[in-house]
Amino acid sequence: MALRILTRRGFRGGVHPPENKELTAEKPIEILPPPPVVVIPVQQHIGAPGQPIVQAGDRVRVGDRLTEPGGYVSVPVHASISGIVKAIEPRPHPLGTTALSIVIEGDGQDEWSDTVVDDEAWDQLPAEEIRERIRMAGLAGMGGAAFPTHVKLSPPPNKPIDTFILNGAECEPYLTADHRLMLEYPEEIVRGMKIILRVLRPAKAFIAIEDNKMDAVRAMRQAVQREGLSCEVVALPVKYPQGAEKQLIKALTGREVPRGGLPMDVGCLVHNVGTARAIYQAVAKRRPVIDRVVTVTGRGVVEPKNLLVRIGTPFSFVLEHCGGIRDGAARVLMGGPMMGIAQFTLDVPVVKGTSGIVVLNQEEVDRRQMAVCIRCARCIDACPMGLMPTTLYHLVKAKRFEGAQDYGVLDCIECGSCAYVCPAGLPLVHAMKWGKMEVSRKLRAAG
Amino acid sequence: MDEKVWKVSTSPHLADRESIPKIMWLVALSLAPAGIGAVYFFGAHAAWVIFWAVAAAVGTEAAIQKLMRKPVTVYDGSAFVTGLLLAYNLPAEAPFWLPIIGSAFAIGLGKQVFGGLGYNPMNPALLGRAFLLASWPTHMTIFRTPPRGGTISGIDVETGATPLNLLKQAHDVLHQAKVAPGEVPAQKIADAMTHIGKLYESYGNLFWGRVGGCLGETSVFLLLLGAAFLFYKRYIDLRIPVGYIGTVAVLTWMFGGSEGLFTGNPLFHVLAGGLILGAFFMATDMVTSPVTPRGKWIFGIGCGVITVIIRLIGGYPEGVSYSILLMNLTVPLLDRYTKPAIFGARKR
Ligand code: SF4
Ligand code: SF4
Repeated sequence: MALRILTRRGFRGGVHPPENKELTAEKPIEILPPPPVVVIPVQQHIGAPGQPIVQAGDRVRVGDRLTEPGGYVSVPVHASISGIVKAIEPRPHPLGTTALSIVIEGDGQDEWSDTVVDDEAWDQLPAEEIRERIRMAGLAGMGGAAFPTHVKLSPPPNKPIDTFILNGAECEPYLTADHRLMLEYPEEIVRGMKIILRVLRPAKAFIAIEDNKMDAVRAMRQAVQREGLSCEVVALPVKYPQGAEKQLIKALTGREVPRGGLPMDVGCLVHNVGTARAIYQAVAKRRPVIDRVVTVTGRGVVEPKNLLVRIGTPFSFVLEHCGGIRDGAARVLMGGPMMGIAQFTLDVPVVKGTSGIVVLNQEEVDRRQMAVCIRCARCIDACPMGLMPTTLYHLVKAKRFEGAQDYGVLDCIECGSCAYVCPAGLPLVHAMKWGKMEVSRKLRAAG
Repeated sequence: MDEKVWKVSTSPHLADRESIPKIMWLVALSLAPAGIGAVYFFGAHAAWVIFWAVAAAVGTEAAIQKLMRKPVTVYDGSAFVTGLLLAYNLPAEAPFWLPIIGSAFAIGLGKQVFGGLGYNPMNPALLGRAFLLASWPTHMTIFRTPPRGGTISGIDVETGATPLNLLKQAHDVLHQAKVAPGEVPAQKIADAMTHIGKLYESYGNLFWGRVGGCLGETSVFLLLLGAAFLFYKRYIDLRIPVGYIGTVAVLTWMFGGSEGLFTGNPLFHVLAGGLILGAFFMATDMVTSPVTPRGKWIFGIGCGVITVIIRLIGGYPEGVSYSILLMNLTVPLLDRYTKPAIFGARKR
């Protein structure tokens, strides 16, 4: 249970972008009032979408289930305000598409479903019941990847998990949602972790936090002691992308997840601190995912904040609550500046994977002129996956996708380190995404 | 409802502060001490050589880009650096047209025909120098100006007096004496021995730059000053210079002596001639060196091997330029066969 400043091996590559976390690091989580209307996409996770089980005109309460999961790798969504279902129709989704969404007009009552009840016996439940509650609470990874949580908690018997890692690295610049969660709800996170350990029974457990959040390290250590959990709270040196699953496992255990493999191939499982808290709420309070903590920040926001936001709240409503957008704002992102997705409209809703809404101004945003590759190799030095971004860029640009496959384009985790350091300002990640898409398409076509 | 349509772009949305112009101009800055040293050691004429080389390089680039209706990119500093490096590879007393022709060749046929910055396979400055050496060998190899504050390598010889040249001449005498005993006068042999002895004692002169040679290559001290700055800025990767200089040291120690294996003088070979300039500023040229870590080691070592072969066996006392140019040609191959290990490709 010792607090340990790491001198382990770490991982190769990586970058040190300016953190800019001071904009919101000191600000306690504020509760955003429920908006008048929420837009809840039926798919907010990786996997099959669910089927709506409500119709326009139905009245719903907070926590009522709105969809039936569409298979095993699928989770439902829930009403996040009480009111009337106004429509079920395609609406803009923050991933840059339009997606079938359930629109609820609020009645201002904020009446909760009677399925949301405390369960005193939460720490004695069998693993099966735990997984089912987690699934029906609509849990998908809160760190951003949004993979259904119950699936991750069901490793096949031939892949036993010996190491569990709770990810509190929060290596994305600007974001402080996980930081605040660890400061304000350490017990709930640790209890969520207890539930996970009960299901997995690993030999070893870590909580990993970057050492720019020593207050969170202390808070988590105290909570671990109070709750009598046996696990090591580790402070990792700041380096992006420390919080990427594979890099985190490597830094903590020295193990490398094999190419194309999953953490369980090396006996590891990683969950985000936000997910752990949601697990506790799902299992002990029978409370589905109807809200999440969102860091609203960037120099384009008048008053940056950490907010507890109902799922489905439009970005515009959230931003209004932060004093609105400043003149000179240039980009609106869902997520952090390294991996976040630029939004063309503020009419998109907060979803389960929305860790932040970042509004960058003209000075903060990358404004470089695109030049030519001077072969400086900075991208290669920065790539945490050992790839050659410059070569991949040239191959993809020439549409030589087979070559790109040979050079490992599918191993790219889209962390953005390469483009961040490129002095020529080349759209390297754009090329990687395109290359990955084309190669996957070809692989699928080939069966 | 907000009707504004926001601009979108692919992640990442931040970038660090590096840019091609910044890198190039700082490389030029790192070369400044050696240039100022050249003017100090060899006089104002060195400044004119530098001026003409840089002006011609920048002018040629601008003219070609104008003619081809391409955007003029001379502000990025890369042509400036090419001109500077070419000048540093010329004798201080070069006539003004020599740097002009050299730079025009370097930029025109060494860089722009391939599509400009980033596409040239070989170092343009070195190509320019090779062209001049082939066309006007005498102008390129006469070093008449003695450096200020010292004689050439501590030995009074009129022409062709770079330290490496003197060493080669002395070694030739000794070699001659060995293959045809009795034919070389004893006095000549004795002279050669003294020369070698004196050369090997001239570390101080070599280090500070009080020796004959191309105008920018002589002061190891001033060059290392610039190299240290580039390393601090992470603009050069030490694998190449370390591999290069290390190889030259080891091989000249093994094979460079006249008394048999392991009697050579590695320090002399490292300090004399254009090795420091070449290893830190020309072999490390980003465009024409490998991008992979292992490729950089092999590239540096390869440069070292070829340099030593030319210096010890070839007919020419120097060997830095040709070895780098030759190794430039291997870069596509090196990049291909030295890919870094992809994460998770190794067994754990
Ligand atoms: S190639 Fe992919 S994994 Fe490598 S640095 Fe770029 S975005 Fe990250
Ligand atoms: S960082 Fe940019 S300029 Fe440098 S090698 Fe990579 S792609 Fe080329």
